[in-house]
Amino acid sequence: MSEKRDKNDRVLSIRDLNISFQTANGKVNAIRGVRMDLFRGETIAIVGESGSGKSVTVKTIMGILAGNGQIESGRIDYTFTNEKGERETVDMTKLSQKEIRYRFNGKHIAMVFQDPMTSLDPTMTIGKQITEGMLLHEKISHEEAKKRALHLLEEVGIENPEKRFRQYPHQLSGGMRQRVVIAIALACNPDILICDEPTTALDVTIQARILEVIKKLQKEHDISVIYITHDLGVVAKVADYVDVMYAGRIIEKGNINEVFYDPRHPYTWGLLASMPDTDTDSKRLFAIPGTPPDLLEEIVGDAFAPRNPYALAIDYKAEPPMFNVGGQHRVASWLCDPRAPKVELPEQLKERLASMKLESERALKAQKEAEA
Amino acid sequence: MTEINYSAEPLLHVEGLKQHFRISRNYTTKAVDGISFDIWEGETYGLVGESGSGKSTTGRSLIRLYQPTAGKIIFDGHDISGKLSADNEKFLRQNMQMIFQDPMACLNPRKKVGEIIAQGLDIHHLYSSREERNEKVYAILDKVGLSKEHATRYPQQFSGGQRQRIGIARALIMHPKLVIADEAISALDVSIQAQVVNLMRDLQDEMGITYLFIAHDLSMVKYISDRIGVMHLGYIVETGTTDEIFTNPVHPYTRSLLSAIPHPNPIVEKLRTPITYDKEKEGVDYSKGVLHKLTDTHSVLATEDEYHKWISGSHSY
Repeated sequence: MSEKRDKNDRVLSIRDLNISFQTANGKVNAIRGVRMDLFRGETIAIVGESGSGKSVTVKTIMGILAGNGQIESGRIDYTFTNEKGERETVDMTKLSQKEIRYRFNGKHIAMVFQDPMTSLDPTMTIGKQITEGMLLHEKISHEEAKKRALHLLEEVGIENPEKRFRQYPHQLSGGMRQRVVIAIALACNPDILICDEPTTALDVTIQARILEVIKKLQKEHDISVIYITHDLGVVAKVADYVDVMYAGRIIEKGNINEVFYDPRHPYTWGLLASMPDTDTDSKRLFAIPGTPPDLLEEIVGDAFAPRNPYALAIDYKAEPPMFNVGGQHRVASWLCDPRAPKVELPEQLKERLASMKLESERALKAQKEAEA
Repeated sequence: MTEINYSAEPLLHVEGLKQHFRISRNYTTKAVDGISFDIWEGETYGLVGESGSGKSTTGRSLIRLYQPTAGKIIFDGHDISGKLSADNEKFLRQNMQMIFQDPMACLNPRKKVGEIIAQGLDIHHLYSSREERNEKVYAILDKVGLSKEHATRYPQQFSGGQRQRIGIARALIMHPKLVIADEAISALDVSIQAQVVNLMRDLQDEMGITYLFIAHDLSMVKYISDRIGVMHLGYIVETGTTDEIFTNPVHPYTRSLLSAIPHPNPIVEKLRTPITYDKEKEGVDYSKGVLHKLTDTHSVLATEDEYHKWISGSHSY
C-alpha cells in the first residue's frame, strides 16, 4: 500500500456524482455527491447496506444503469491506454450506453456479479462464453481465442479445462461457476474489475478460495479492483481502501487500517460492533436501531441522525461536510468538527478495537519470526 | 440465560435419520445419511455446514415437510418418525415451528399480517372468541417489536427485517417448544441481523423456547448456540459445545470451515491463509466412520486410524 499515490496512475476518478431514479412513488435520490478515486493495481471496497447506493455507483461506471435512472450531475473520468497506445481520459457520464458497451465493457472494465447461476447463459457452453468477448473486441482467430480461454480456466483454478470448455453452466458447481465468471471478466485483459458481492451466494470455504483467486490474478495482471460487499471480514481480507456508504453518500473513507482500527463515524462504529466476532462472548450484540431512511423524501441534515445515539442538534439541520482527520482518512460527521463535544466510543467497540490491535501486533510479530 | 438441565430427557432425540431423494431409477441423492443428535429443552443447537451438506434437509425432515427414509425422531416423548398418528401429528404441528430463510418469499402477499400470524390459531381452534384471537395477535406483535396497527397491513409494506419479525411472530404465537430457524438471518443486512438475533435471544429467555439454528455463518452460530453440529455431505462430522468446537476442533473439515471465516481485522486477515480440506485427497469415507467421544459432549465422526491421526496432529492455528 503506497502512502503517496501518483496522479498518473489514476484510472478512475468520480466527482460529485448525483443519480436519481424516477419511480411510481416519486423521485428517489439514490446517489448524493459521491467522490471516489481508483489507482492502478489497488483494491477499493465499497461497504454499505442494501439501498445505500453501492451497486448503483458501479453500474453507472459500467453504463448499465436501469432505464429510469438519471445522472443529475457529476463526472466519471476514466483514463486508459487507447488503441493507438496513447493515454486517454473520457468522461463516462457523457457517453451513450451503446458506446460504453462497445468500447469499454469487457475490454477495459469488467464486472463479476453476485449470483453465478444467473450471470451465465445456460444455453451456451463455458468455452463459447469465455471466447465471446475476445472475438468481439479483438481480431483473433477462434483457435487463438480457445488457447487463451483454456489458459484462463487454468489460471482461475479449474482442473481439466479441456473438458470444462465444452460443458454447460449447469454441469458445474457454484464455486466453479463463479470461477468461470471471473475467467470471462478477465478474458480481454481489463484494467478495472468490479466485483459486486462476488461471494455472497457462496459458502465460506469456497469464498476464501475465490477471494484468493481474484487476489492472485489482480497481482499478475496489475488490475484495479472495486469490491462491493457488506461483509467486513471480506473487506479486511482484500481491500487497500474502504468507502463506507450510507443513504447514497460516502460517510467515511480512508485506507483500510485507518477505517478499521480508528473508525470515526457512528455508523461505522455500529457496523463494526454489530458483527459477531468469533471471539465475542458478550450476551447481546450491538445493534444499530431503526432502519435506513427512505430516499423518496428529501433528506435534511445527516441521513444517519435518526438512528444515531450520538447525534448533535446540527445533525438534523445541516449535512456534514467531509472532515479531514489525518492521513487519507475522511469522515462526514459533525462529530469530527473541532467545535463538537468529545464523544466516547461504545464500550463494546472499545474492547473490540483493543483486542483487534493486540491480535494484529501478535500476527505481525509471528510473521517477522517466520521470516527470520 | 436459563440453566439447561442436561441430565433430563432430551426434548428432541434423533437417531440414524436418513433422508434420501430418488431422482431416477438408478440415481438417489442421499441428502442426509444417518445422523444422530439430541437437543435439550431451553438450549440452542446450531447446525452448520456448506450448501448441499444436508443441514436444511435435516430441519425439513424433522418438522415432517419430507418423509424421512429411515431413523427415529422422538419429540418430547412422542414418536414423530414413520407414519404419524392423528394425535402425534397434532402435537407436532402445535409444538414445532419453523422460521424460513427468505422473509420476502415466506409470507403470503395476499393476506394481511394479522391473518398470517393467526393462521395457526385458526387451524387449531385455540381461542374462544374473536377478541381473544386479536388479543393474542397484538400481544405477539408487541413482543417482536411491531405494533398493533401493523396487523392490518400487507407483507410488501414492510422492510426485510420487519418481515422476518412477522415470520418469528407467526412461529411463536403457538407457544412452540422447538423452533427451527433455517438460515433465518442470512438474507438480512448486517445491522438488521444483529437486531433479529437479539430479539430471538430475548424471546428465548422470556418464553423458554428451544432453537435449532441452521446457518452457514459460523460467527453468528457461535454467538447464539450452546452446542453445535458440523454437517458435511449428509453426515454430522463433529458435534460439541460451542467452546469445544471453536477451541479444539478435531475434524479437518471443521478446521477448514473455522479457518475460512474472514475476521474483520485487516492486518491479521491479510497475513493468514485458510486451511483447505479435500475429502477425496485425504481419503476420508464418512460411511465407515463411527462417532468417537472426546468428552461427554464432544464427539467426532472418524475411523480408528483417522481418529488417532487427527487427535495427534498439531493444530495449525
